[in-house]
Amino acid sequence: MDGLLTLLGDHTVQNVVLGAIFLGVTSGVLGSFAVLRQQSLLGDTLAHAALPGVCLGFLVAGGRELGFILAGALVTAVLAALLMLVLTRRSRLKTDAGLGTALGFSFAVGVVLLTYIQNTGDAAQGGLDSFLFGQAAATLRSDLWIMGGIMVAALALVAAFWKEFKLVTFDPLYAGATGLPVTLLDVVLTTMIALAVVVGLQMVGVVLMASMVIAPAVAARQWVTRLEHMVVAAAAVGVVAGTGGALLSALVANLATGPVIVLTASALVLISILAAPGRGLLWEQLARWRARRALRGRQVLTTLYELSAEHRDPHYPAERGTLNTFHGLDTRAALARLERRGLVQRVRHMPDEGPHWELTAAGREEARRTLAQLGAAEA
Amino acid sequence: MLAAFFSSIAAMVILTGTLVGIAAALVGTFLVLRRSAMLSDAISHSIVFGIVVVWLLTRQQSGPVQIVGAALAGLLTVFLTELLVNSRKVKNDAAIGLVFPVLFAAGVLLLNLYARDVHVDTHTVLLGEIGFVWLDTMAIGGLEVPVAVVWMSVVTLVNAVFVGVFYKELKLSTFDPELAQALGFAPTLLFYALLALTSVTAVAAFDAVGAVLFIAFVVIPPSAAYLLTDRLATMLALSVLVALVSSVVGYVLAVRADVSIGGMMAVVTGLCLGLAFLFGPRYGLLAQSLRAWRQRHGDELRALVVHLHDHEDTRAQDEENIVSALEQHLRWSPRKAAAVLRRGLAEGVVLREGRTLHLTAKGRDLARELTEPWRRAAA
Repeated sequence: MDGLLTLLGDHTVQNVVLGAIFLGVTSGVLGSFAVLRQQSLLGDTLAHAALPGVCLGFLVAGGRELGFILAGALVTAVLAALLMLVLTRRSRLKTDAGLGTALGFSFAVGVVLLTYIQNTGDAAQGGLDSFLFGQAAATLRSDLWIMGGIMVAALALVAAFWKEFKLVTFDPLYAGATGLPVTLLDVVLTTMIALAVVVGLQMVGVVLMASMVIAPAVAARQWVTRLEHMVVAAAAVGVVAGTGGALLSALVANLATGPVIVLTASALVLISILAAPGRGLLWEQLARWRARRALRGRQVLTTLYELSAEHRDPHYPAERGTLNTFHGLDTRAALARLERRGLVQRVRHMPDEGPHWELTAAGREEARRTLAQLGAAEA
Repeated sequence: MLAAFFSSIAAMVILTGTLVGIAAALVGTFLVLRRSAMLSDAISHSIVFGIVVVWLLTRQQSGPVQIVGAALAGLLTVFLTELLVNSRKVKNDAAIGLVFPVLFAAGVLLLNLYARDVHVDTHTVLLGEIGFVWLDTMAIGGLEVPVAVVWMSVVTLVNAVFVGVFYKELKLSTFDPELAQALGFAPTLLFYALLALTSVTAVAAFDAVGAVLFIAFVVIPPSAAYLLTDRLATMLALSVLVALVSSVVGYVLAVRADVSIGGMMAVVTGLCLGLAFLFGPRYGLLAQSLRAWRQRHGDELRALVVHLHDHEDTRAQDEENIVSALEQHLRWSPRKAAAVLRRGLAEGVVLREGRTLHLTAKGRDLARELTEPWRRAAA
C-alpha cells in the first residue's frame, strides 16, 4: 500500500494515470459505437493505418512532437477508411478484402517510412518505436494536454449529436427515411473511431489499439442494455483497464504498456461475459440448473400422485428405488427438497424395508395443480 | 552457377520475397473468395504467441516444432473466436478483434519478460528482416542455402500441392459450401486445413516480413487478381504473378531508397492492386466509366432516332424533326443536342437538310428495333 502511494506521488506515474484515464474514457465511449455498428475490424485497420501518419507527423515536425504525430495519424487513419470505402463501393471487392487491403497497404507504407526515418540517422528516432507497442512512461505533461483535448472534443461531439448517432447506429434505414444525412453521420462516426485510435497511440501503440476500441465496449455491453449506460460503463472499463495496465507496467521494469493494458481489458471482458448479472454465462448456467431441479421436483411429485391414484390409495407409500427406476435417475435430492417444502413425508412400510414416501395433503394439492396446469397447456 | 545464385544476396532476398508472396497468394485467394480475408489478420498476429511459447520451451527459432506451434496458435485463434461467437454474447467481428490482440499481447509480454536481447525482438515481430535472410544458411547438397529460402520453399510446395490436390473440393466449397456439404466434401474441415496452412505460411514468412506485413501478402495480390478475372485458375495465376512482380520491383525500389525491403514489396502489391482497380479490363474504374459513357451515348442516339421516327410522315413533322426541337422538346442543352446530332450524322443514322432532319434507312431500323421489338424477334 505504501509502495502504491509513493508510486502515485511520482510525477511520471501521475502523467501515466491521467493519460490512461483520457485513453479509457475516449476509447470506451467512441468504441461503443464502433462495436454496436459492427465495425470492430475497421478499428483494427484504422489502428494499423495510423503508423504512416505517425511517421509523416515526425518527418513534418522534424522530431517527436505529439501534436504533429497524432494529427498525421488521424489523417492517414481517415485516408485508410476512405480507401477501404472506395475499394468496396467502386469495385467488386468485399468488406473483408477492403479492410485487409487498406490495413496491409497502410502498414507497409508506415514500415517504409519508419525505416526511412531510421536510416536517415535522425537521433530522435528512438521515440518512434514506442508508438508500435506503446510506452506510457514516455508520456509528457504537454502530451496530456493534447490527449485531454481530444477526449473533450470527442465527448462534446458525442453529446452534441447523441440523438443522431444513436439512430444511425441502431436503425440506419429509419434514420435515412427521417431525412438525417446518414452518409455524413457515417463519416463522422468513422472519424471518431480514428480519434479513439489516435488518443491511445502513445500508451497502447498502433498494433494493439484496436483492442482498446473493442474490449471496453464489449465488456460494458454485457452489463447493461441501454446506450446511455453502455457508454458510461465502457468508459469506466476503459479507465480501469488503462490505469491498471499502466500502473502494472510501471511497476515492472521493461514491460511494454500496450500489451498489459490490452490484457487487463480483455480479462475484464472475460469476467463480464462469464459473470454479468442475468446475461453472463455463469448466470445462464445457474438458471438452467435451477430450472432442471425444479422440473425434477415436479416430476417426482406428480409420479407419486399418479402412483397413489393408480392404487386408489391417497397414502400409497412408494419406495425410492421404484421412483429411481421410474425416472431413470437418483431421486434422493429431489425427495429431500420436496420433504423440506412439506409436500412429501417418510413412512415406514415394512419393518425390514427402507423408508417409503407418501404425499402430504399439501403435496396432493400441489401435484393436482401441476397436472391441471399441464392439462390446460395440452388443451 | 547455382552456388553463385545462392550466394547472391539480391537473388536470395528476391527469392524469399517471391516465395512468401506465392505461398501467401495460394491460400489468400481462397480466403478472399470466402470473404474471410480478415482472418489472416487475426492469424498472423496470434502466431506471435505460438512462436514465442515454442521458442521459450525449445529455444528453436525455426523448424518443424515452430511450424506446428504456430499452426496450433492460428487454429486456437479461430477456435476461440468461434467459441465467443457461439456464446452469442459477442458479434463475429468483435470476437475476432478481441481474441487475436490477447494472444499477440501475451506473446509480446513474454518476449519482454523472458527473451530480452535475443534474435526474436518486438521490432522483428512487426517488420521482419528480409534483408538479412542470407545471414542464416544451411548446407543442402553442397550448396549454402539460406534457411528462410529452404523453409519458404517447403511451405510453398505444400500449399501448391494442397491447392493442386484439393482444387475441385476447394472450388466447390468456396463457391457453394452447401452443395459441397451435401455431396460429402467436408467443407468445414477443408476450411480449417486452409487456415492451418495460412498459419504455417505465416510462421515460415515471419522472419522475412514479420507478422503484419504478411497480411498484405495474403490479401492484396488475390484482391488485385479478383479485379481482373472471373475464373479461379486465372485468379490463382494472376495473384502469383502480382506476388512475383511485387518482390522484384519492391526489392529494387527499397534498395534504391534504402528502406525496408519487405515493406516496399508490400507497398508494390498495393500499387498493383491500384492499377487493377483503375485499369482492369472489365471491373476497372476506367472500363466501368467507359462502359457507362458508351451506354449514355448509345441511349442518346437511340432517343434521337426514336424521336424522329415517331414524327416521321406526320403533320407535326415540320416542327418536330428539326434541329431546334431537340433542345425544346427533348430538353437537351444546345451543346448536347449538337454533339448528339454530330454523332448521328457521323454514324449515318440521320441526314440533315437545312434545319430539317431525316432518318436514313439505318436510322429507321435502329428506331424500329426499339419501337417494334417483335420485328427483331421475327428476324
